[in-house]
Amino acid sequence: MAHEGDPVSIHVEGISKRFGDAVALDDVSLEVETGSLTALLGPSGGGKSTLLRIIAGLDTPDTGVVRIEGEDLTTTPARSRGVGFCFQHYAPFRHLTVRRNVAFGLEIRRRPKAEIKARVDELLELVGLSHLGDRYPSQLSGGQRQRMALARALAIEPKVLLLDEPFGALDAQVRTQLRQWLRDLHDTLHVTTVLVTHDQEEAMEVADRLAIINHGRLEQVGTPADMYDHPANEFVLTFLGPATRLGGQWVRPHDLALHHDEGARPTPDAVPGTVSRITHLGFEVKVDVTLDDGACWVQLSRGTAADLGLAPGQRVWVVRTESTGPASEPETRSESAHDGEPEATEAARVSAAAQGGA
Amino acid sequence: MSVGASVADLGLPGGEPSAPADRRPERSLWRRLPPSVPPAPLAAAGRVARSAAGPTLAVTYLSLLVLLPLAALLTNAFSSGWSAFWAAITQPEAVAALELTLAASAIVAVVNSVAGVAIAFVLVRDDFRGKSLLSAVIDLPFALPTIVAGLTLLALYGADSPFHVNLAGTRLGVGAALLFVTLPFCVRSVQPVLAELDAEIEEAAASLGATPRQVLRRIILPSILPAMLAGTGLAFARAVGEFGSVVLISGNIPFKTEVASSWIFSLSQSGDLPAASAVSVLLVAISLLVLLSIGWMRRRFDVPDTI
Amino acid sequence: MSRARTTRPRWRLPLRFAVLGYLTILILLPVGTVFYRAFQHGLGVAWDSFTAPDALHALWLTLLVAAIAVPLNTAFGVGVSLILARHRFPGAWLLDAFVDIPLAISPVVIGLGLILVYGKTGWFGNWLAARGITVIFSLPGIIMASAAVSLPYVVREVLPVLQEIGTEQEQAARTLGARPLSVFWRITLPNIRRGLAYGVTLTTARVLGEFGAVAIVSGNIVNKTQTLTLFISTSIDNLDPNSAYVGAVALCVAALLVLTLLTVTDRRRSEWHTKATL
Repeated sequence: MAHEGDPVSIHVEGISKRFGDAVALDDVSLEVETGSLTALLGPSGGGKSTLLRIIAGLDTPDTGVVRIEGEDLTTTPARSRGVGFCFQHYAPFRHLTVRRNVAFGLEIRRRPKAEIKARVDELLELVGLSHLGDRYPSQLSGGQRQRMALARALAIEPKVLLLDEPFGALDAQVRTQLRQWLRDLHDTLHVTTVLVTHDQEEAMEVADRLAIINHGRLEQVGTPADMYDHPANEFVLTFLGPATRLGGQWVRPHDLALHHDEGARPTPDAVPGTVSRITHLGFEVKVDVTLDDGACWVQLSRGTAADLGLAPGQRVWVVRTESTGPASEPETRSESAHDGEPEATEAARVSAAAQGGA
Repeated sequence: MSVGASVADLGLPGGEPSAPADRRPERSLWRRLPPSVPPAPLAAAGRVARSAAGPTLAVTYLSLLVLLPLAALLTNAFSSGWSAFWAAITQPEAVAALELTLAASAIVAVVNSVAGVAIAFVLVRDDFRGKSLLSAVIDLPFALPTIVAGLTLLALYGADSPFHVNLAGTRLGVGAALLFVTLPFCVRSVQPVLAELDAEIEEAAASLGATPRQVLRRIILPSILPAMLAGTGLAFARAVGEFGSVVLISGNIPFKTEVASSWIFSLSQSGDLPAASAVSVLLVAISLLVLLSIGWMRRRFDVPDTI
Repeated sequence: MSRARTTRPRWRLPLRFAVLGYLTILILLPVGTVFYRAFQHGLGVAWDSFTAPDALHALWLTLLVAAIAVPLNTAFGVGVSLILARHRFPGAWLLDAFVDIPLAISPVVIGLGLILVYGKTGWFGNWLAARGITVIFSLPGIIMASAAVSLPYVVREVLPVLQEIGTEQEQAARTLGARPLSVFWRITLPNIRRGLAYGVTLTTARVLGEFGAVAIVSGNIVNKTQTLTLFISTSIDNLDPNSAYVGAVALCVAALLVLTLLTVTDRRRSEWHTKATL
């Protein structure tokens, strides 16, 4: 039996789930390290929320095992798992004040009143809602409601904190603020956290590790930088950042450069093309180039674009500048293990093998 | 200017100006919509509604049917002064009728409020064949004429009862009639609220450690309490004024099963209109008071509006 | 995404049977008995009772009253709903409350009030007598009483719909050049259609089944001012239960028709409701 000192907090293995004919999860295995902030990332409907709910015990898997801190909790109901869960729409108890909301888990456990009050005060202070304790959730803004939900989940001192698209319902600006705030909170409390999101920017900014789930399958696990530079396949590549095709290969638009066509080919692998459109996006400039065999786009900084003095219709050479872009063949997962940690790739390899055999 | 022509005239950007051929009369563009000229009576009604005549007409209609009669009741009740009013409402038969009505209505409202919640639970969270039939049965007392309701109860629980259960002329019979007619209010006020309860709320409570019983007691029931109180109010108001369903099975026995509405009816039949008005005014006043109290309770338990 | 929530398995069956039992005893059995008693002595006897002149007149009178009172209340209901939904004016809440009054007051009291205003010794008594108009103990009185008790139903069904759909569609229609009347006919009316149907059905049910107010106001004169509901009551008093049960069956059938209409429009109403808010 593992205990709190264990490096792995959550361990799911071979999880599969169908809803009727639709496959939500297909043999997913994943490990989450204690004290880390892991993001489950992927397109909507891909299965990430389902996996999170299975970890929480709000849904049961068709096959597979869920272990939290070494204990097999696959058949344990949600209320006994000791997990904290936050919903996209906050799930506030509308008829209770903010205070009573946060205190709910403690009242259920019949803690003495003084202890409850102290803990609630502490948590409200932590999330910055001390002055709103006696308001009702309907009188709070979206961001405040989500902070209340977090305080509520933390009140029961959960082993793990599970957040289901917690910022999905908020304005862009509030979202950015809360993202940073959540990271700071995590750095203070060090509770093992799993965050579900479809926003890759959010995931990369907040998480220690990413797990990409698409169509119910785990595509890759690793650190954000790792996965950005060494995506395991085309899906991960195109999902995690901008991508365009040059000479039959995928490449990042900011890893390309443009040279005016003055006759000589600048490098052996330069590709000729014509500028079709230039879009100014503030700091970046996006240049669409028509090629012999299709089109691509190049991302330049303002300065570079200004220096070049581009205009639509000009002939240019497109040149790769970085070689850290993915190779023409999708990398096998064993290659991405170079920077990844053994456990993650082991799990990923297991799922890859399972998919291969399906 | 017909609608079809005006759309073409807008000259929406990005499109070619419509060729003359497109500006044909409405028929071609709006074929599927109803004719642009509504029938004359409705046109008249619309014109009236739009002008100041509309509200005036509405208020007049309301006054003729409801407001004036109520005012007349009030003045008639005191037409012979306070002492006559007082005498009418303290008359022993009146007092007995009022006591019976208010007590029975209160008990029935409470009983059906509880039953209503149970029935709403079955309607919303249970599933079995014939559930939609059940839903229709619940509305039956609402659609049925009150006298027919009374007749049905008399048929089954009266003198000729096949079960040999004779509630005719008993207070229990009065209660049964009131339960019958007030049931739909209690169910239909709670049902939609129960159906709308977000599953996530209950899941959140579960994740925080609440057992299903605790979820029911701390989350579900408090959430439906305002709606339940609304149903209680409606049921009480209906029961207090109920006449048709009660007359047959109660037998209108003075001091025993005579309800307030029966007493008022017999007073009016015997020509003592001021006394009838007096008792009516008192009855309305009391039920209004109860309704206001329930409304106040509802607001207390209800959550403040969103910002 | 809806997750099926059901009652705890342990409680599901007992609750279900308790509820079904309550409803059977309270509603199903009594209604079934009426049908049984009506046809107990055979179809022939029932038919005779039904086609007796008193009975037929009562039926005809009831239908006539409905044919007049229901459209009146519908027009009023739609008008008041439009006024309350689209205009803000001081005292709007008062109008709203007044419309709901008939729901809180005994029909007997309503009937009494009508007598006090339109009866021979009432407020308008002399004025009406001078013009040869009788209201009380006559058809107009019955119509007024029926209209008064069923006043709120159309408003309560249509007003919330109007408030919910808002004015955006109508404003869009106006920017496209539609006259106010076209807006009402093409945009507003189709949107409130279902709520209106529901309200009209409720109103009709109420008018067909009204007893207390009509009892006071009509004088219950056989073959003249005796509605079907009064007919049933009088039949019982006259120790003619057969006629009473037969009349009751006629009204039961009407009620069942009403119920079906309600269920159908309600289901479509909530479907439409969900689609409209998407």
